[in-house]
Amino acid sequence: MTEPAHGLDAKLALRRGALVLDVDMALPARGITALFGPSGAGKSTCLRAIAGLERDSAGRVSFGHEVWQDSAHRVFVPPHKRRLGYVFQEPSLFPHQSVVDNLDYGFRRAGRPAHLDREGMIDRFGLRALLDRRVGTLSGGERQRVSMVRALLSDPALLLFDEPLSALDASARADLLGCLERLHGALRAPMIYVSHNIDEVARLADHIVLLDGGHVVAQGSLQDTLTRVDLPPALGEALGSVIEGTVSAVDTHDQLVELAFPGGTLSLPHHDEKPGQSMRCRIAARDVVLARERQASTSALNQVACRVVGMADAGASSQCLVQLDASGTALLARITRRSWHALALAPGDEVWAQVKAVALGA
Amino acid sequence: MSLLSGQDLQALGLTLRLAGVVTALLLLLGMPLAWWLAHTPSRWRRPVAAVVALPLVLPPTVLGFYLLMLWGPGGLVGRTLAALGLSALPFTFQGLVVASMLYSLPFVVQPLHNAFESIGDRPLEVASCLGAGPLDRFFTVALPLAWPGVVTSAVLGFAHTVGEFGVVLMIGGNIPGQTRVLSMRIYDHVQAGEYHQANVLSLCLLVISFAALLAMSLLRPRRYARD
Repeated sequence: MTEPAHGLDAKLALRRGALVLDVDMALPARGITALFGPSGAGKSTCLRAIAGLERDSAGRVSFGHEVWQDSAHRVFVPPHKRRLGYVFQEPSLFPHQSVVDNLDYGFRRAGRPAHLDREGMIDRFGLRALLDRRVGTLSGGERQRVSMVRALLSDPALLLFDEPLSALDASARADLLGCLERLHGALRAPMIYVSHNIDEVARLADHIVLLDGGHVVAQGSLQDTLTRVDLPPALGEALGSVIEGTVSAVDTHDQLVELAFPGGTLSLPHHDEKPGQSMRCRIAARDVVLARERQASTSALNQVACRVVGMADAGASSQCLVQLDASGTALLARITRRSWHALALAPGDEVWAQVKAVALGA
Repeated sequence: MSLLSGQDLQALGLTLRLAGVVTALLLLLGMPLAWWLAHTPSRWRRPVAAVVALPLVLPPTVLGFYLLMLWGPGGLVGRTLAALGLSALPFTFQGLVVASMLYSLPFVVQPLHNAFESIGDRPLEVASCLGAGPLDRFFTVALPLAWPGVVTSAVLGFAHTVGEFGVVLMIGGNIPGQTRVLSMRIYDHVQAGEYHQANVLSLCLLVISFAALLAMSLLRPRRYARD
């Protein structure tokens, strides 16, 4: 199979009640791209329009070398010819079919492709024991697992996941997130993952498209985009650094692991990580405290030496965003303007960032 | 004297044949119509739905009267059929089939319409994202999910056709083996003061109606659980 030269290009306009969607996005041909934004930003509508489920959207959508929609030339490829793997927020299984019939619905129509490891996927998602069950007897988490494998088995060229975890309880969510994370490396097709949960996004995504009020506010790699200082306030909680590193040590006595990344090391709570494995953590902008000197007596475990890159004033707010550089890794700190002045900070200054890092993964 | 005379049996057979043919044809035609009503964004949806529902409120004699006018030698359809060298519709079995289809149309289309509507768009969207084309979606998703509605349609259409009287009176006449259905025969018996025979045939209708409703509840699977 040849790699498509480029991924998805979508330029779409659509009206849905109060929402006016007008987006222009270019997504890479590999990896997971998160479509992130507050509720009502138009994420799901955007995903539906990309799939061709919103017939009255106008614009142009192309994937690889295929043109899926070109309103100017009256081109519209119906969804069943786009080779999609769509997972809806509600599992939406066919209630008149058993689990195995649901799984095979797309698999059969794709011609039972030999390169798809049907049995392996059933095992990996823990569906072996459920195959003959009726859909109505499954739990919410089980249903969504079936729905995901059903989509994966249809041999999709593009995966579209619309908040697949948001209707689940915490344990089912953690369970499925683990499945998705393991899936990540094995994915041949790119995925667009809609979410309003930044931890989910930080854990899974490689790229991100930020949506607000029906418009694309920013798009790019996860780390670059989430450390920008010019994003609208609605996305403020999402701001922060996503750090990818390697587990360099495990301290079983204190139940901590050490994560080595280009800017230094961080101590994080230990779950079941093994030395040498790669791991992500997120440092939210609001969880960074700045100090001129390294603090000797503090309960903060993690202090990172940084250089101030710049400061963005959030207008009338009491707070400001400080861009930091930790030996090549960008960090963001949200501090009060009073602190900025009290510390007499300026670009180029050396500072210590006390951070509360949240390990992603469990 | 046997319970049912030869003529009574003939009327019973004719009635069942008429109801069977009408039900089959109505399901065939009603399905696309109901599908269209359930999914079209067209502004013609409501007027068409109203026309389909008309026989619910229209007296059967009125429907029969207009059909007689339309199909008669002076009517538009009558003249067209004559010009094409085809036989006239009034007082024939074929005519009765067409008239009964119009008469029972809402009883078949409305349950189907409701069933298709209650499925919602989601299962069909899922199927299309899994690579199923329109016909594939209809037969593998919509029809199985609408099955209770299909059963209701068939039973109501059948039972309603079995019981019709006014339309037959107007355009069917009372020709043995052609248009003399059960309800006509009962009417004849009562007119002739043959209350016993009328009673036996009426019981037949009662049993058929009861059996139809029983079959409906037995053939309907329990509702599927939703997400």
